[in-house]
Amino acid sequence: MDWITIFSTTIKSAVGVETVLYGIAAIGLNVHFGYTGLLNFGQAAFMGVAGYGLAVTVVVLGMPFWAGIIFGLIAAVILAFLLGIPTLQLRADYLAIVTIAAAEIVRLVFRSVQFKDVFGGSDGHRGFTEGFYALNPYPTGNYGFNLGPIPLFFNHRTMWVITVGWVLIALACLIVHLLMKSPWGRVLKAIREDEDAVRSLGKSVFSYKMQALVLGGVIGSLGGFIYGLGYASVQPDVFGTETTFYMYTMVILGGAARVLGPVIGSMLFWVLLVLIYGVLSEAVRVGYITFMDTNQVGALRWILVGAGLILLLVYRPQGIFGDKREIAIDAR
Amino acid sequence: MHAETMSTDRKAAALAAFKDLARDPGVPKPDPILVVDHVVRRFGGLTAVDVGHVEIQRGSITALIGPNGAGKTTFFNQLTGFDTADAGSWTFNGRSMNGVPAHKVARSGMVRTFQLTKALSRLTVLENMRLGAQKQKGENFWRALVPRVWRAQEDEITERAEELLARFKLDAKRDDFAGSLSGGQRKLLEMARALMVNPELVMLDEPMAGVNPALTQSLLGHVKDLREQGMTVLFVEHDMDMVRDISDWVIVMAQGAVIAEGPPSTIMSDQRVIDAYLGAHHDAPLSEGELEAQLQEAEAALEAEIEEETQK
Repeated sequence: MDWITIFSTTIKSAVGVETVLYGIAAIGLNVHFGYTGLLNFGQAAFMGVAGYGLAVTVVVLGMPFWAGIIFGLIAAVILAFLLGIPTLQLRADYLAIVTIAAAEIVRLVFRSVQFKDVFGGSDGHRGFTEGFYALNPYPTGNYGFNLGPIPLFFNHRTMWVITVGWVLIALACLIVHLLMKSPWGRVLKAIREDEDAVRSLGKSVFSYKMQALVLGGVIGSLGGFIYGLGYASVQPDVFGTETTFYMYTMVILGGAARVLGPVIGSMLFWVLLVLIYGVLSEAVRVGYITFMDTNQVGALRWILVGAGLILLLVYRPQGIFGDKREIAIDAR
Repeated sequence: MHAETMSTDRKAAALAAFKDLARDPGVPKPDPILVVDHVVRRFGGLTAVDVGHVEIQRGSITALIGPNGAGKTTFFNQLTGFDTADAGSWTFNGRSMNGVPAHKVARSGMVRTFQLTKALSRLTVLENMRLGAQKQKGENFWRALVPRVWRAQEDEITERAEELLARFKLDAKRDDFAGSLSGGQRKLLEMARALMVNPELVMLDEPMAGVNPALTQSLLGHVKDLREQGMTVLFVEHDMDMVRDISDWVIVMAQGAVIAEGPPSTIMSDQRVIDAYLGAHHDAPLSEGELEAQLQEAEAALEAEIEEETQK
């Protein structure tokens, strides 16, 4: 067994591109679900419109990188309004239905043959990241250190993406922290508990829910940018519903309505996934496991991660950072 | 001592206002804070509320009573903007309020509580209270990001919240989650939270439902206290002892309409009210034959019982 490689990939995954992009999008989802109680099952769509906003602006319209970022952000805000205006007046479960449907519509439009000229069909777009990597301050090479025998190195491109990513995560966490300690955040949390009570105290519930939807959507869209830049491409099927469900897993894993919850949740999620995959595929390769081949390991790891999550929810339903007292109140 | 005299003054003033009023539904009051005209709410074929004309006297405690399904809570919902009326108009302090959304109704000074208490469970008691304060600078998204802007106001709000909590004897619970309070304490919290809005008219939907007797007295005291502080109270209640104890005036609803008004001491002997609660012919047999049958049935039951006793 090649334990060095297993540990190297596992530790790197704790801070890698996937952790960053999912973590930041999950912070946005935490604003929706954790703080405001909005059941948004379309977070992937916010990532998608941002990633595509960037790609289409640069590739199809031939405009510079920054214009792409701005269009991506605008697209996320517009999506929030489109989702919010018809549904935020309704009960929570309607928002869930509409968001999941809207996210699928967005994905299917991106991959449709009709709009292949604009969105590139199921292949998506590539070649829009030059503007970003032109800003890269890291000279070509590998960066990192050896942790004992374990090498932990990223190349200069990945370094640049995850540096920007972690700065964005820090900023998003800071903003969420400030907001949720303020009276504004108090109104959001109160809406999560009981909308009518908040109305009876003279607050415009609709307006606050819309603000929360836009804020969480814009933070989520940053995850979409990181995806597009990190993988130097956007494809429609990356922004499917399972992406949203992974983010829910991370939010709950870390502890809903906790500032760092989604970030830690994302790290844990990817570390577990990479570790299990590494160990199992090595075991198959070396011959310790004979009843399946390397291709099946990919499916089995999801089964094991699922089982692990079930155990977590049974024994620690509040997540890593959650407060057990809150769960006890919920059960009443 | 001073408070005592003031208390009797306010009560006396309220009672004096009602002294010579007729007992008819919709009777005009000398100084109404809330005037309701022809409010109708239908659910499909069912007319839940159809109130012709009602006025609520300023500075008084008015009870709204009626049998189950009389439409009291629905009426409350119409007035406070939680449900839209099919027809009708009402004014609060002379301002037309129909079609005004619930949060604007609350801002204008008309604040309600709910039959099923709505404590914000996973917020602390103190946060529940702070939420009630109006015109908070920190409730604006951009200003919320700069604590310096709202910190001073937050301190003021906290101080006011703590005073109210002390008055409602919830100060020991200030840092507990509201969800951990007992039913009665939640009622107290909800009332205290409503006061944070600085309302002119407090509308309480069954403030005593599910409250244990020990807390009832304290709640009653708080409701009376609202009037002493110059607020107007309108409440829905089933407990007639409470209605008699604290209200200055009683409005009776049945089948969606206001059927009678009057002082609490005499309202329950009003024939219209008795009919509404018990049915117009509740004590009359339906026919001569049925009366006979009822008598025989009772006699037979009695005889059977006696026989059983003697056999033992």
